[in-house]
Amino acid sequence: MLGKEVSSTDEFVKGLWRENPVFVQVLGMCPALAVSNTAINALTMGLATTFVLLMSGMSVSALRNFIPREARIVSFICIIASFVTAVDYIIQAISLELHRSLGAFIALIVVNCLILGRAEAFASKNSLGRSVLDGLGMGVGFTVALLWIGVVREILGSGTLFGVVLFPDTFQTWTVMVLPSGGFFAMAMWLLLVNWLKEREAAAEKRTQEATS
Amino acid sequence: MSDASHWSVFINAALINNFVLAYFLGICPFFGVSAKLETAVRMGGAVSFVMLVASVCAYLINLLLDAVNAPYLRIISYILVIASTVQLVEMLMRKLSPTTFRAMGIYLPLITTNCAILGLALFQTNRGYGFTSAIAYALGAGAGFALALVLMAGVREKLDLANVPNLVKGTAAALIVAGILSMSFMGFAGLGR
Amino acid sequence: MNTVSPVQQPPTSAWSIYRAIVGIGALCALLIVTVYQATASRISENQERFLALAIAEVLPAAQSTVAIVLTEDGRLVEATDAPALPVFLGFDANVELVGAVVTAEGMGYQDNIRVLYAYSFDEDAIVGFKVLDSKETPGLGDRVETETHFIANFEKLDATVMPGAGTLLNSIVTVKQGEKTEAWQIDGITGATITSEAIGNILNESANTWVPVLERNSTAFRKSDMTGER
Repeated sequence: MLGKEVSSTDEFVKGLWRENPVFVQVLGMCPALAVSNTAINALTMGLATTFVLLMSGMSVSALRNFIPREARIVSFICIIASFVTAVDYIIQAISLELHRSLGAFIALIVVNCLILGRAEAFASKNSLGRSVLDGLGMGVGFTVALLWIGVVREILGSGTLFGVVLFPDTFQTWTVMVLPSGGFFAMAMWLLLVNWLKEREAAAEKRTQEATS
Repeated sequence: MSDASHWSVFINAALINNFVLAYFLGICPFFGVSAKLETAVRMGGAVSFVMLVASVCAYLINLLLDAVNAPYLRIISYILVIASTVQLVEMLMRKLSPTTFRAMGIYLPLITTNCAILGLALFQTNRGYGFTSAIAYALGAGAGFALALVLMAGVREKLDLANVPNLVKGTAAALIVAGILSMSFMGFAGLGR
Repeated sequence: MNTVSPVQQPPTSAWSIYRAIVGIGALCALLIVTVYQATASRISENQERFLALAIAEVLPAAQSTVAIVLTEDGRLVEATDAPALPVFLGFDANVELVGAVVTAEGMGYQDNIRVLYAYSFDEDAIVGFKVLDSKETPGLGDRVETETHFIANFEKLDATVMPGAGTLLNSIVTVKQGEKTEAWQIDGITGATITSEAIGNILNESANTWVPVLERNSTAFRKSDMTGER
């Protein structure tokens, strides 16, 4: 790879902005749009995914010398599916209501391309410590991205935030925001913002490069 | 369990509760493959086929799991069956139509992580569909997915020729188009009830 | 992938592939079963508590309940294990029958809706209603759970049995908002038509199945000295 020594903090931080799974890598969009109609759903989904990401990343990294190349994908899928099953039951034990509102999407964490992608691209090739940081970083980045979308959709679509009513009764809710279309629009909006910020970043970098050369 | 006729199950899955536009399943390939009409059609066909096979397998697996009372094995058994089916489709396609196989490229193995297929299996189990209803459901879902994909590809091909600001190009534009498509599909809400 | 390249690693033996798959499989199975066992009691506690609260809400007069099932020859007997859609008989403090509580399920707009309703033998009507589980659209379909005029439908929704037949005298049906004229109609919600109609269909189908049976067999329970556990 590059001659740069990648610091440990960088492993964690890259998942938050530079390589944010939802807005930059555009992975794991299905749950991002489906369960983000309220902030609490978005938060729960993000945390559940982070849990699976972390645990499966740790397992894959710990077992990476034991799994031969040919059996890679099958093993990853088994490991991820087991942790997803585990988190499904854990959420049921914590709160039946939360489990009901997330429905089948907890089980769908298993096909979140993000988790399989990280296992394949990172955890299977790096030490346990780094895999933990990577998994945590990506998970937190994913949760934050989901929360952004969820907060916008809940505030505009229901007039509440985490169930707390924000506006007086006269506020006409933008019901479309809690519908599927709203998910697409909210994500498009944030994506535009992220793209714009990245463009400014790249332009600023180019300016400093030209100035120093 | 449900008294819905097979036709209404089909229409529901294809139009009213379209898997991509209403349930947000199958988004990754939806945005990845919908840039060109031809790949969209091929992907739609492949996904429909895998859905049908997965649906039948899910029904049989569920019978088995109920018999041994092991509901916790559901997720892992479903996903392993889906992964195997995709492998099978890959091998078949390579033998029967190498050109299609090359054209699909990376997207064929990606069908495994297509939430739509696992979602189909899980929804069908949760709603307790019988064997024929499950088939109708899978056919409807596949048709709906293919339809959404083709519509999206058509619009995006036209968008490519238009003067779109740089910021919006690519995924952001696709998302907005998807949002509008999703709203229009809501018009099917009263159908078949 | 069919170019001849220098071999970078020795081909993996079948044994190591086999070992890996079986090993991983065993570890995964162990994990799943452990978590399942660890959470099972907590989950069933949660479910029982939820159901008990729901029953108290729809049939407040009931101090104790007994779960019942329908046998093949049409009799009602006490349930030995939990069916998917449980049905209960409610008894007051004097162990007198006050009503029945039935779970029903059916397809709404988005997904299955699961409801609980209470039937009163004295009033020949549905007197309590609660949505247990729904994935209907927030702000639209889920108004069936909150809208006051809709909930008022279930204070006394007529469910009289046709004498001598195994069905209701009048089918329960949902009508447009404001057009309710009969006691067996449900005043729907404008803007949530599909969900309101779905509720009507679910109740109609369930009541037609259960109410005639409950009426026919209720005498056997009225004088019974069956004590129910909560």
